[in-house]
Amino acid sequence: MNALTRRDFLKASGAGLLVVSFSMKITEASANYGLMPPKSVAKDQLDSWLTIDRTGKITVFVGKVDLGTGTKTALSQIAAEELYVPFERIDMIMGDTATTPDQWLTGAAITLSQGGSELRIAAANARTALLTRAAEQLKVPLTELSIKDGMISATSKPNQTLSYGELIGEGFQIKVDPKAKVKPHTEYTLVGKSIQRVDIPDKVSGEHPFVHDLRLPGMLHARVIRPLDMGATIVSVDDSAAKQIKGYVQTVRKDNFLAVVCKDEWSAVKAANAVKVTWSAGRALPAQDQIFNYWRQLPIAKTDITQNVGNVDAALSAGVKRVKATYNFAVQTHASTGPSCAVADFRDGKMTLWSASQATHSMQEEIANITKLPKDSIRLVYLDGSGCYGRNGHEDATADAALIAQMIGKPVRVQWTRQDETALAPKSPPRSMDFEASFDAQGNLTGWNSDFYIALNHIAAFKPLDFPLLASADTGNPRPGNWVGFLFQNSAAPYVLPNIKVTTKHIDQTIFRASHLRSPGRIENSFANESFMDELAAAANADPAEFRMKHLSDPRALDVIKAVLKASNWQTRPGPNPASVQGEIAKGRGISYVRYNNAITYVATVAEVEVNRTTGQIKVTRVCVAHDCGQIVNPDGVVNQVEGGVIQTVSRTLMEEVKWNGSTVTSVDWASYPILQFPDVPKVETVLIDRPGQPVWGAGEQTPTTVPAAIANAVFDAIGVRLRTIPFTPASVKVAMAQAPKVG
Amino acid sequence: MAIVNLNVNGKSQRVEVEDDTPLLYALRDHLEINGPKYGCGLGQCGACTVVVEGQAVRSCVTPTTAFQGKAVTTLEGLGSSAKPGKLQQAFIDEQAVQCGYCINGMIMTASAFLANNKNPTDAQITEALAGNLCRCGTHQRIVAAVKRYIATA
Repeated sequence: MNALTRRDFLKASGAGLLVVSFSMKITEASANYGLMPPKSVAKDQLDSWLTIDRTGKITVFVGKVDLGTGTKTALSQIAAEELYVPFERIDMIMGDTATTPDQWLTGAAITLSQGGSELRIAAANARTALLTRAAEQLKVPLTELSIKDGMISATSKPNQTLSYGELIGEGFQIKVDPKAKVKPHTEYTLVGKSIQRVDIPDKVSGEHPFVHDLRLPGMLHARVIRPLDMGATIVSVDDSAAKQIKGYVQTVRKDNFLAVVCKDEWSAVKAANAVKVTWSAGRALPAQDQIFNYWRQLPIAKTDITQNVGNVDAALSAGVKRVKATYNFAVQTHASTGPSCAVADFRDGKMTLWSASQATHSMQEEIANITKLPKDSIRLVYLDGSGCYGRNGHEDATADAALIAQMIGKPVRVQWTRQDETALAPKSPPRSMDFEASFDAQGNLTGWNSDFYIALNHIAAFKPLDFPLLASADTGNPRPGNWVGFLFQNSAAPYVLPNIKVTTKHIDQTIFRASHLRSPGRIENSFANESFMDELAAAANADPAEFRMKHLSDPRALDVIKAVLKASNWQTRPGPNPASVQGEIAKGRGISYVRYNNAITYVATVAEVEVNRTTGQIKVTRVCVAHDCGQIVNPDGVVNQVEGGVIQTVSRTLMEEVKWNGSTVTSVDWASYPILQFPDVPKVETVLIDRPGQPVWGAGEQTPTTVPAAIANAVFDAIGVRLRTIPFTPASVKVAMAQAPKVG
Repeated sequence: MAIVNLNVNGKSQRVEVEDDTPLLYALRDHLEINGPKYGCGLGQCGACTVVVEGQAVRSCVTPTTAFQGKAVTTLEGLGSSAKPGKLQQAFIDEQAVQCGYCINGMIMTASAFLANNKNPTDAQITEALAGNLCRCGTHQRIVAAVKRYIATA
């Protein structure tokens, strides 16, 4: 056995990862794979959140996971701040179900607000406990104590300092007091700084431990074989050709779950391709070009009035001018660059899973349900996958690995193919939305009525027990639930109006297996709200920004809009752009404003586009974003997320829709589901509004909600044509141009 | 079955592979080199990129046997986290990473491009990287990192 370098050891033990550190083999005897032993994870116990060793090294345990967004760094800043230690003193374990508290899944834009505040309170508790011990040992009142770099000293005894390592003893052994006093923001030295992300040096050198890179001794490689026909089942399997592949070990089959297991990855690729399966017919899908009509005809399982102000029916009837519009948002998918992967080991009745899931704690229940193992026998260890933007295939790959490991009794790695990830990972459901508004004789906007046709979110809050994992459906437990996110959010009209009615109609289907896809609900609803507000501004012959501000009273909303107007050098005038009346290339600008969930982060976005009247091609040339997420933890981290959110969403707005034919998904790879490439990426400029002392709010999901409407509104400004169905492909732009009434 | 002798990041390596084993699997499975990633296996995304004789190569679609006797550079060959190479440092300085899965391809493609293009325009840079896909939207920072490298080289 090779000697571990000190660096390997620190990296492995600090991250709770395999001692193997991906570069050496360990013997079978190290059956716990060097994983940290299980410890207390009860949220109300302080020792669940952090441990300190005799050298003063602090290990923080959080249920939240990084997912490539930089939250590991931001959360570490929060912890170090409360503990009055240098940033480098913090090691963080994320998402390991045996050692970290369950903080619910990572998503919904609450990692720093909910996750960070729970951590802050725990860290504040730890600091208080250590100070209390120091006061006892030094026999001084608490008020005399101060901390610098994790060393506590008393003003009356300056030569006697105590380190955290000297004070920790057998741990804290106390409960978390939710009312612990946190550090005043005026004293912050770490929070608010653009500390460089801790994961980047590893990621640029090939050293970052992705789940894809994990190797266990004796690990086998499996590929699961699934149809592209939705709902097709296995009629017959002929694996005789697969058995001839060198490296083939066995075929695994349980009901409709079929996989080949091999000694190495390339053999698994070939063996999977060599298996001949006869599939039944899939279930018929609605015709793609009729999807939105089809969606709106489906039975409504539930109707909610999410907003009701005044009397909208009366306002609409009395209106002198009425404006109507319908908006649609296509089925899209996460399209992660790294197809999902998971590793499983099942021995002595215990299942260990290495997974990139954003919900490792609740996955324990999902896996228990499939494997019929007790939840307590299942451990999920989080390792980064590629960006997921919601529930992609990672949870499915995890369940696949668990099932195979249980069936073969050997450690196994499941690697999804590109086709699996693009075609079979869950998708977002379709969306259709109707709007109507009224103006009175004085030109005041008097009424706003909107109806949203959204997919019903089956899952009871916070527990995805019914999520239709493929491994579950394949083995006889179809679990018809959906976990698409709370799609009614941001359906409410974001403006102050005398009469508003917003209705959400919940449809009990999703067409494809669906999950939450970044900014679920908010992105589609905001596309519609902000496109419609823009149409109303045009109907009122008003500058779109001024029109919005006229109907807002929240000072932070006004601030964020004014900031983006300044950043983008916005010229005040109504649309369309008078300078773009002629010419092949038409230029335009558009604005949108969203307050995420109508409750937290404020974002205002201006997009500038060039539209080619001949080809219908839209080029987004520049996007300016003004962003107010309260107290900023890591400014550069926020900018990174804002930029990423813009570019990703430009891709979704212009290009992305899942395609199908009959019962077969035809979006299977990057050729058939293309995303934005470098030459088409806009310049992104971000203005951050920092609010020290205000609550910390999310910064990942918010910006994407503003982008589709900003682009739609910019296109209107350029060519006087409204695009109301995402994506805005050249073909759809040309159709819209041909169908649109001439403006002006 | 073939024995292929490679020089990987300056070290002689000998792998026993099938005739059709793509270089990606020889590197990852046989030599346990993690830099190049499986993104599609179709040559569409660039996550698997390595550099051979100055050329960026999609290792997922090229058989190992095609590289008999050749020198292969992977991401690890440019530097380590403890001692990053200049291009890697530029990515760190620009914080040009989010999930990081595409970054191997970005850096290796840029590395080969920059070796042959000392003073590229922005358009040339984005054209050179056009075949490398990033889903997180880190494009702007990746270009900034390449430009920073050029400015400080």
